[in-house]
Amino acid sequence: MDRERAAGLGGGTMSDIIVGARELTRTFGAFTAVDRVSFEVRRGEVFGFLGSNGAGKTTTIRILCGLLAPTSGSASVAGFDVASQADQIKRRVGYMSQKFSLYGDLTVEENLRFWGGAYGLFGDRIEERARWAVATAGLEEQRDELVRDLPGGYRQRLALGTALLHEPPVVFLDEPTGGVDPAARRRFWDLIDELAAGGTTVFVTTHYMDEAERCHRVALMHAGRLIGLDSIPALKRTFPADSVVEISCPRCAQALVTLEALPGVSEVALFGDTLHAVLEQPGGLEALRAELAGRGFEPVRVRAIVPSLEDVFIRAITEAEAGEQAALTGAAAPAGGGA
Amino acid sequence: MIRRTLAVAVKELLQLKRDWRSTATLLGMPLVLLLIYGFALSFDVQHIRLAVIDHDGTQAARDVAQAFLESGYFDLIHRGHDQRVLDGLFDSGRAQAAIVIPDRYGADLEAGRAISVQFVLDGSDSQTATTILSYARQIVGSLSPVVRTPGGLAPIAPRPLVWYNPDLSSSRFLVPGLVAFILMITSVIATSLAVVREKEHGTMESLRATPLLAIELLLGKTLPYLLVASLSAAGSLLLAWALFGVPLHGSPLWLALVTLLFLFGGLGWGVLISTLSDTQQVAFQLGLLSTMLPTLLLSGFIFPISSMPKAVQLVTHIVPARYYLVALREIILKGAGPAVWWSQIVGLAVFAVAVLTLATVRTIRSL
Repeated sequence: MDRERAAGLGGGTMSDIIVGARELTRTFGAFTAVDRVSFEVRRGEVFGFLGSNGAGKTTTIRILCGLLAPTSGSASVAGFDVASQADQIKRRVGYMSQKFSLYGDLTVEENLRFWGGAYGLFGDRIEERARWAVATAGLEEQRDELVRDLPGGYRQRLALGTALLHEPPVVFLDEPTGGVDPAARRRFWDLIDELAAGGTTVFVTTHYMDEAERCHRVALMHAGRLIGLDSIPALKRTFPADSVVEISCPRCAQALVTLEALPGVSEVALFGDTLHAVLEQPGGLEALRAELAGRGFEPVRVRAIVPSLEDVFIRAITEAEAGEQAALTGAAAPAGGGA
Repeated sequence: MIRRTLAVAVKELLQLKRDWRSTATLLGMPLVLLLIYGFALSFDVQHIRLAVIDHDGTQAARDVAQAFLESGYFDLIHRGHDQRVLDGLFDSGRAQAAIVIPDRYGADLEAGRAISVQFVLDGSDSQTATTILSYARQIVGSLSPVVRTPGGLAPIAPRPLVWYNPDLSSSRFLVPGLVAFILMITSVIATSLAVVREKEHGTMESLRATPLLAIELLLGKTLPYLLVASLSAAGSLLLAWALFGVPLHGSPLWLALVTLLFLFGGLGWGVLISTLSDTQQVAFQLGLLSTMLPTLLLSGFIFPISSMPKAVQLVTHIVPARYYLVALREIILKGAGPAVWWSQIVGLAVFAVAVLTLATVRTIRSL
């Protein structure tokens, strides 16, 4: 296992950076799926890629796995260049695609043997790795069952085990828990934690905020652009203290309209039966309470809260879009400063 | 390389085994098709309804009529002396052919004079009429040794000697073609679904993320089908021999080699189609379209290539059944060795390599 990891480093010992992207761009015709994205992932990190559908997450992963060539920019994985050394990369990464990557008409055992064979494993090594994958996925009882008869959560764990058969130092998981119940999702994430603890780098995309909270660092993707990248606490600290408030009051929907019209309040959003608002000036809680009470929303309660990742994400998107607007209007003058 | 190819082949075999209904269909379909079409497809004309108008009535005249009946192709529906009934017999379709023996037939034969026997034919189906006429010529020709003249001067008659297929049975010519036709269609259909299925199920994406090479994937997918197709080819040839009397005069080994090469090309063509299609349905239709008519019309199965316009003859070079058919007929009907048909082997090999190369390039490109 350690030998394999060492081999993974073979291409170049770039300290402990295992995945690096620089100005990575991929266009499809006129559409830019990934737009000048740069980031670095450290060995043993659980790196989250958060964004809505079409934000460019899958395209980025496919480039990093050597399945798609970048239009411009560069990226390296395990010390190899994605554009010119895709073959080397394929031996050193595991990839669990969004699509179902197992054969439903084969048993658990047969699937493992095939995928192991596709990765060039044979003899004792495939025996040993298949046993490991079965144990890791907790499928000892289901070894000889057809995969199509397994519940979704089991399949997902098997797919992960399959992607790890050749002991890659880095594994890419593209929305691995889509369509799986919460209990199975939690179990899957426990597995991810174990892997990371064992030194495997996990690169995972998701649009579940609770999953993103479990990542060491999160990259926020929106419309092909990277609009934020840091650890969760650091991302949340981008808001000044006491600037995110939770408001409970009657007639929430109406209060939302009122709040949006108030000066000094931005980004009002409905969270269940409460409202979240971001104050431009921290500490204006009392004034806000009086303002709402004065307009008949009684009884009203306003308290400062730790912003959720969703708050962070919404703010990042708002800022990115505002920045783009500014860049657009600014671009009317000489050359665009956006490069 | 070999290990990874094998891993794919084993996986495909397992899937073939698990989906045994489709596999059985794949195996049995050629035999069923051969059974149905083998009997339907024949240029041989039998039970020809024959009327005999005998103006002579001598033993010699009766010999002529007897010779026709004994040939096995003709059924007697009328025998008489009055020629006027013929109009009615032909108009109503009761008779397809008639022989009219003149009243001096016996005497003229005795005297060694030139004799003519009139043969009347319903020409509305020219194909059938031509066949009947050729039977009649053969029968009349065969009478010649019997009607030796005492005067010593025998009338000159052609003595045709047909090699390889002495009774000119069309099934001996057509059934090998039918075998090639059926094998081509089934082998292309078999693999045309093989790659596109992975695309539809989403497993293709994961396969591409492995170090598996395109050629390993394609070969691994083709080999199990080669096994299945070989079995059904052997079954078809056996059936052709047992049911339609198609002989095997040549070496079974050469036959196996040529057949394998032909099947490999067909399967490769299927794989190429599979890499070009996005859904199984499209692949299936492309498979059918690209094999059925070309193999039927452009392979020499029914229509001789040498009588096609030059441009069409060129097109026939990309129809693999064209090469296989020549080799097949040479081997089973004539017992000829590779010296005669080696160029067909080259044609088949070039086709197989070309389609698999194209499929590989296409698979790499779609990355």
